[in-house]
Amino acid sequence: MSEIKMTVNGKPVRGDVKDNTLLVEFIREHLRLTGTHVGCDTSQCGACVVHVNGKAIKSCTMLAASADGAEVTTIEGVANGDLHPMQKAFNDNHGLQCGFCTPGMIMSGIDMVQRYKSAGKTLDEAAIRHELEGNICRCTGYHNIVKSIAQAAGEM
Amino acid sequence: MHNANYHAAHTTADAASLLASAEDGVLLAGGQTLLPTMKARLAAPSDLVDISRAEELRGISIADGAVTIGAMTTHSEVASNSDLQTAFPALCSLAGRIGDPAVRHRGTIGGSLANNDPAACYPAAVLATGATISTNTRDIAADDYFQGMFTTALKEGEIITSVTLPIPQAAHYQKFAQPASRFALVGVFVAKYADGVRVAVTGASEDGVHRWTEAEVALSDSFAAEAVADLAVSADGLISDLHGDGAYRANLVKVLTGRAVTAAG
Amino acid sequence: MSQGIGAPVKRKEDKRFTTGKGKYTDDIRMENQAYAAFVRSPFAHARVRNIDTSAAMVMDGVIAIHNGAELTGDGIGNIICGWAITSKDGSPMNMGAWSALATEKTRYVGDAVAIVIAETKAQARAAAEAVDVDYEELPVAATIAAALADDAPQIHENAAGNIVYDWEIGERDATDKALANAAHVTEMDITNNRLSPNPMEPRSAIATFDEAEDHYTLYTTSQNPHVARLVLSAFYQVAPEHKLRVIAPDVGGGFGSKIYIYPEEIACLWASMKTNRSVKWTSDRTEAFLTDAHGRDHLTKARMGFDAEGRIVGFKVSTKANFGAYMSLFSSAVPTYLYATLLSGTYNIPNIYCEVLGVYTNTVPVDAYRGAGRPEASYLVERMMETAARELGKDPAELRNINFIREFPHQTPVIMNYDSGDFEGNMRQAMEAADWAGFAARKAESRARGKLRGIGMSCYIEACGIAPSAAVGSLGAGVGLWESAEVRMNPVGTIEVLTGSHSHGQGHETTFAQVVADRFGVPIDSVQIVHGDTDKVQFGMGTYGSRSGPVGMSAIVKALDKVEAKIRKLAAHLLEVSEADIVIEDAQAKVVGTNKSLAWHEIGLAAYTGHNLPEGMEPGLKEGAFYDPMNFTFPMGCFICEVEVDPQTGKTEIVSFVASDDFGTIINPMIVEGQVHGGIAQGVGQAMLEEVRYSEDGQQLSASYMDYAMPRADDLPNFEVLHHGTTCTTNPLGMKGCGEAGAIGTPPAVINAITSAIGNNDLNMPTTPAKVWAAINAARIAAE
Repeated sequence: MSEIKMTVNGKPVRGDVKDNTLLVEFIREHLRLTGTHVGCDTSQCGACVVHVNGKAIKSCTMLAASADGAEVTTIEGVANGDLHPMQKAFNDNHGLQCGFCTPGMIMSGIDMVQRYKSAGKTLDEAAIRHELEGNICRCTGYHNIVKSIAQAAGEM
Repeated sequence: MHNANYHAAHTTADAASLLASAEDGVLLAGGQTLLPTMKARLAAPSDLVDISRAEELRGISIADGAVTIGAMTTHSEVASNSDLQTAFPALCSLAGRIGDPAVRHRGTIGGSLANNDPAACYPAAVLATGATISTNTRDIAADDYFQGMFTTALKEGEIITSVTLPIPQAAHYQKFAQPASRFALVGVFVAKYADGVRVAVTGASEDGVHRWTEAEVALSDSFAAEAVADLAVSADGLISDLHGDGAYRANLVKVLTGRAVTAAG
Repeated sequence: MSQGIGAPVKRKEDKRFTTGKGKYTDDIRMENQAYAAFVRSPFAHARVRNIDTSAAMVMDGVIAIHNGAELTGDGIGNIICGWAITSKDGSPMNMGAWSALATEKTRYVGDAVAIVIAETKAQARAAAEAVDVDYEELPVAATIAAALADDAPQIHENAAGNIVYDWEIGERDATDKALANAAHVTEMDITNNRLSPNPMEPRSAIATFDEAEDHYTLYTTSQNPHVARLVLSAFYQVAPEHKLRVIAPDVGGGFGSKIYIYPEEIACLWASMKTNRSVKWTSDRTEAFLTDAHGRDHLTKARMGFDAEGRIVGFKVSTKANFGAYMSLFSSAVPTYLYATLLSGTYNIPNIYCEVLGVYTNTVPVDAYRGAGRPEASYLVERMMETAARELGKDPAELRNINFIREFPHQTPVIMNYDSGDFEGNMRQAMEAADWAGFAARKAESRARGKLRGIGMSCYIEACGIAPSAAVGSLGAGVGLWESAEVRMNPVGTIEVLTGSHSHGQGHETTFAQVVADRFGVPIDSVQIVHGDTDKVQFGMGTYGSRSGPVGMSAIVKALDKVEAKIRKLAAHLLEVSEADIVIEDAQAKVVGTNKSLAWHEIGLAAYTGHNLPEGMEPGLKEGAFYDPMNFTFPMGCFICEVEVDPQTGKTEIVSFVASDDFGTIINPMIVEGQVHGGIAQGVGQAMLEEVRYSEDGQQLSASYMDYAMPRADDLPNFEVLHHGTTCTTNPLGMKGCGEAGAIGTPPAVINAITSAIGNNDLNMPTTPAKVWAAINAARIAAE
């Protein structure tokens, strides 16, 4: 067991966890923030994407202990009173159906928009599709997810 | 996944001593392969020594016609480094296509090289550039380092600290992605230097990353796609799986080499 | 903006999903919760000689380990198949016994032999690994061919030769005669690849036993919680129906795979009683590949005959369908009544005969997956049409056009009676949008860049809205396929609709509310849709087969009719006019031609106070209805796919995809288009990417996303989705259903495009780059 401390969605948290606890398990089971999902075992589906120190990572493929001291943002922490422009864009463009992949899509979407903006690059449709390589959706065929991220990119 | 004792190492020396005192310890770099392997219960180390936060193992520096990349430098850091984008864009492009954005934020060059997955991208660049892999005990030439699928020259307890890649005059990496995993079904890295061309192939062989010496000779003579057009690639010893047989991979080796040469210009 | 029928209203349910507040089964934690893990067979076919739990029982946190003998000993019944199919010779189908925990034999890799209950998930898994099962390996039949071989192992004692049934439909002699006299006969061998449904939410269950009340509660990932309760009680004897509550909360996609009641749900319920703990189990992805019902997996030989003008004269089909190791809930109906009845496609075909051999193999059970039988039929018919056009030297659109059905109702030779449609209109609209006429120029431009370009079409039809209960009963169904609804208008005028349909991505909370808004002019925010809980909702048959619109909403309409009738009567009484003078709009009951009206809350209050009701009227405003459909519905459409192939690598890119569909009345076009997008993506997945592969010894070679290629964003183009609707004549809203169309119509359009690009028709799904490259080479060699 190890004691870990981190900031999650702006609030300091701590926990005593077994050393093999994955970050997603800490978030879901210890913090009971269940918006972050697990959809595969091989780090491919992206349902578990959160931000650690401002970068999108797969929380199923990081130990909670490795995030000791980190700033973590989950889907529950992106709205600031009002919905985040990415959340609103998913609603505006019907970018979700069953909703299971959606938190990961939104976290990846925010990350890619921020990266492209800070690099001064254009996030066009082809770039969005390429950037979504690590997020699988079975419902939407991605058409409206791509539209959602494109809309949010213009508003963020 | 089985439990393992977790240790955070902030220096290479710490990591070495933690590894030495562990019963069956392994280094945890970005964890993008090790953790899924442990989740699948295919690996069960007693101890994990996390070196991902060892600052001395991070960073990219360009000097004397070579780039040195700290072992814990992430794929995304390599892909987005502006100096490197100018000096060696093929390497940035390669790093920017490993896994996916979230994987690239965690995965490291050192981890990739230590694992030496037969379908990984970095080994192709390291071998094609004749890079030097530096560890806490020695320097290893790329030609000596890769010893077959998941096998390297690393000794027990040895820790990769950095990789130094001579910057080529021209280079390109062509990756043909396996449709499911998005690893390289075949990847070809072509690097042109004043003293000749080196070609490394990943994804194709049952022996892991390897050089295609016939193509190197032909391309050293004439750096044009046509130079490899008439070379034969044998399917013997190439990987055959759900996604393509040896003959298909042999075809890809040749096609991708030609395209890499054209793109390298 | 209107919120009624036809308005692209944004979804009400999105807020919770976009903010991480959805409540899926695995998100729920019960008091006193323990975790289950299953001990699964590593062998595809093995005799279980002994299960030694001694080492596992003493491990940390282990509460209990139970095996199949204990389960059956407690009277838990075998898993059933709910649709009885009769073979050609009149014999019933050969249903092998399927116990939730295998007792004597395991029949596929992943077949569970024991359940381990422990304090934590990790402890349960570790203990499951430590259970020592002594297996005697038996010979394996992992494919249809292996199961039908002379020396094949016998998988179930009562299914000689591993045959489930040998079924037929249509007129064999007449079809043979028509083919013998045909001017041209097109023959094909077609494989329909095996798929894993892969909803992104893995299956999960939490079972709780309340000893004091002798009552069970099951939270589960189900498309049909009432059906789950019915079979868990009536057939599996887990608990009587009135002592079992099944809740399907937010469910992360189903695509058919969450229709069935799986061994894990049965075992968790039973174990919760044995241990007096809440028992939770959540599948991981590999377990999902190993245990979720698969889809498709047909081998077909077909012959289609044409007269000298190109009119179809007969169609003869022989299909072998893989059932896997056991017969899952609706498995028997999929390759029979959901497949062979659609073999007429959109065409006038006077003679059709189809025989289907159902085959057991040592693989995961196979059942309905998005489309269920209809994608297999559509793929067959539309590849036959394309191939015939090429053989006859006719334009594929024109060959289809001269064979289209144009008069309705149309009775096919294979049961179905199509009510409506404009097949040519849809095809013309799709061709226009796809610039069919300009293809030759685009092909030439591609060729100049060293690429091969192809275009392919499919004019699919399918049958939705399953189905008239009496009709399906006569065909062997064990249940009726109606739907139920209850509409409750509250004293303050808000409305709750309780529906037996279940939403797991379809957006019912929005579209169903739109139907109410359309009827009364109330805002959709004042309408709450309640679903997924057997204690709340009166009854239901659930969501599959694109039935929530044509069947589920029809039940809501019937209940709304009753509520409206009562409101009219009440309003007429209160306003002292005749009922004929009352109109209901803008959330008011108005008297025509006057400014007299009752506000919505005034109506609600009047109904519930009961102070002034018409003679004999009961207080309250709550009405229920069961709707039994009159017929199947027949969505149809034309899909056109255009591809570009890199001949050096075989890599195929879809450069454009047009879908023109007839779904009848559309409630919310935004949601309908989303359904089409998702269906097309799954169709592209089947066509180009996805396949479950087994080794000869029955090990799944593609049991993770490392080897099973799920469609990703960069595998797909933007889709152009168009509508060209006719009104369904057999349900009150005129709806046909849209949930499966994309998955049904897409594969043949994609394959027709690729085969046209590469000039080789001998190509099976999925068209991996390696296969396409090999086919290009084969065509080149053949041409030389």
